[in-house]
Amino acid sequence: MPLEPSSVGRRRRKTPVRSHPTVRSRPLPGEEGITRMADGGDYRLSQLDSLEAESIHIMREVVAEMERPCLLFSGGKDSIVMLHLARKAFWPARIPFPVMHVDTGQNFPEVLEFRDRLVRELGVQLIVASVQDAIDRGLVREEPNGSRNRIQTPVLLEAAEKHRFDCLFGGARRDEERARAKERVFSFRDEFGQWDPKNQRPELWSLYNGRVFPGESIRVFPLSNWTELDIWSYIEGHGVALPSIYLAHEREVFQRDGMLYAVNEHCQPKKGEPTLTAVVRYRTVGDATLTAAVESDADTVAKVVAEVAATRVTERGATRGDDKVSEAAMEDRKREGYF
Amino acid sequence: MSGTPTSTSTTNPVEDPPPASTPAMTSAATTTLRNIDMLRFATAGSVDDGKSTLIGRLLYDSKAIFEDQLSAVEETSRRMGDEYTNLALLTDGLRAEREQGITIDVAYRYFATPRRKFVIADTPGHIQYTRNMVTGASTADLAIVLVDARKGLVEQSRRHAFLVTLLRVPHLVLAVNKMDLVDWSQARYEELYEEFTAFATKLEIPDLTVIPISALHGDNIVQRSAHMPWYDGSSLVHYLENVHVASDRNLTDVRFPVQYVLRPQSHDVRDYRGYAGQVAGGVLKPGDEVVVLPSGFATRIKSIDTFDGPVEQAYPPMSVVVRLEDELDISRGDLICRPHNQPHVTQDIEARVCWMDEQTKLRPGMKVRVKHTTRQARAVVKDLQYRLDVNSLHRDESASQLQLNEIGRISMRTQQPLFVDDYGRNRATGGFILIDEASNRTVAAGMVVSGA
Repeated sequence: MPLEPSSVGRRRRKTPVRSHPTVRSRPLPGEEGITRMADGGDYRLSQLDSLEAESIHIMREVVAEMERPCLLFSGGKDSIVMLHLARKAFWPARIPFPVMHVDTGQNFPEVLEFRDRLVRELGVQLIVASVQDAIDRGLVREEPNGSRNRIQTPVLLEAAEKHRFDCLFGGARRDEERARAKERVFSFRDEFGQWDPKNQRPELWSLYNGRVFPGESIRVFPLSNWTELDIWSYIEGHGVALPSIYLAHEREVFQRDGMLYAVNEHCQPKKGEPTLTAVVRYRTVGDATLTAAVESDADTVAKVVAEVAATRVTERGATRGDDKVSEAAMEDRKREGYF
Repeated sequence: MSGTPTSTSTTNPVEDPPPASTPAMTSAATTTLRNIDMLRFATAGSVDDGKSTLIGRLLYDSKAIFEDQLSAVEETSRRMGDEYTNLALLTDGLRAEREQGITIDVAYRYFATPRRKFVIADTPGHIQYTRNMVTGASTADLAIVLVDARKGLVEQSRRHAFLVTLLRVPHLVLAVNKMDLVDWSQARYEELYEEFTAFATKLEIPDLTVIPISALHGDNIVQRSAHMPWYDGSSLVHYLENVHVASDRNLTDVRFPVQYVLRPQSHDVRDYRGYAGQVAGGVLKPGDEVVVLPSGFATRIKSIDTFDGPVEQAYPPMSVVVRLEDELDISRGDLICRPHNQPHVTQDIEARVCWMDEQTKLRPGMKVRVKHTTRQARAVVKDLQYRLDVNSLHRDESASQLQLNEIGRISMRTQQPLFVDDYGRNRATGGFILIDEASNRTVAAGMVVSGA
């Protein structure tokens, strides 16, 4: 006998939802009622609250079922939101797994400071897997274009093996790129850390299969169903702290391949690339050598949200030199064991 | 701190607190994304029904397609000699698929309008169809089945509609596509309408809507089509924005599977013992009398906690922490419900299953692992009552096994009791997966059939 759903919720509509979710000591400006549905009753949950609930469920599921999880933290906004959700998922207990940063050695200093302060505040263990160290040891070789993005992968896999992690949380989203649109929430990796799109487990309802044999592992993507705009709206609504380079600031930059790169110790203009001072912000935070800035006067999170809502170019298309290499660049990197 | 959670709202956004936001800048995105709800829908169609074009159209018209994605697709279209930009290319994911011109898996797409955020489970229309459709439909609030107006209902259309009802997707839209190729004919639309509704009476479809469209030209997608003045229903997007889904959840039967026990070991929080989980049904409130399964102990809800502070009620799909008045021995896999509204506690499960594995087959006597809510148990398949032909709905009682993409009715005995509801009553407490212990693969999806 099937349930007759239409009668269920409506009968109760007279009880307005006053409570969910937040009782907050210090509301941020202009954000009253952010998470409450506009019309109150009906036991609704806004889509951001639904996303949060789903992500928290996923993280708890991992901790309950996997042996040794670890969260991959890049200092970018997605991994910051993921860490924030981890804090929420296990509160009032501490986050019950360590955080790993695959450090290319080509970071924005603001991001490193931010990382160190955040892990101190949360009381989580930070593991740094150093690409420079791996180059010195001969595990990987510097690529001719100076980018260390591709050679991160062996460093990541080595560190995961060394610490015997059977699960790595990643902040990837399905809206980022076409190869990711088919990614599972629990993405199975073989004993070489590799992703085979044809050997993935069907994922039904919210039942995730994290069972692995020794040596195999699972990448888990709690933010799978979030879009870039969701991330920014959440950051704004929940007052999530970010490294300052995400907001508009003055910076010395130069143009290359139609993108704006900051002048810093890792990235110098070539001949015929004049520098200029511009008001810019970053949409993604990756390797300082190949992450470009965008011109923007969005100096508050609210302004960034408005800008993202109006933008017409994907964040990767706008700012990541590495994904421009080929249409299938991301697919290839995933197969090798990148996120 | 006595264990009462106080708000620990995060501190400063960005290094220096930004100045108060100006209303002008926050309006567009904040009202759109924060206060809207979410609709998950699955799309199904045969290879040439124009499904990829429809999805491309939805993404394009809602501006979820970015310029760099569009220019890549335009370039590919030109290279392949297409006469117009092939919107279907927007959704072709992997290089392996592009090279072979096929789609191998469920892909998820996202777009938002000022009223709703949409998650599309885009399921391919040919080989392994059943497995992908079942996967995509398992979380869908709504399904769109596409038919080509010229060809009409084909075997696959009926199969798609059946799978949608098997998975209890609450709303079904039949999108009659390529109306431009039948001269926007009202007669043709009505013919298909009649044919489909006649077929639909054999299925339990809670809510059916039929919309004539042209995905290629955008007719009845966002705006009502000027070519079909005889159609007085909503455009597809208008319907998707307004269909009432909030009450599709079960808000009657309280079901809270314990996912994880929180016992912080810290000096700040002493003697805190909370049960973390996602509400699978009903509305929980502090003070409610509850029973914990399998022990059967009765107690009351002391508080419902979240990081942002305690809440007065919790309902699906909220993730919360429940604390109880009494100290009980409770662990992952237990279930909190109301004393007079309990699920079936049983080791004997009757279910419909869809077999999803290429390498193995379901046979009576086989042992599997079942994952149901937050509980896992070993199980043995006792009996295969019948295999269902998804095209004719004929029950083959002589079947001795199920292979990839086949659906059947089974009995199963589990080593520990599960706490189940009929799948039609609650998808979260009625659905399960089967895992092969030899390979760790997910081999089947199951839906509990319970007489009560």
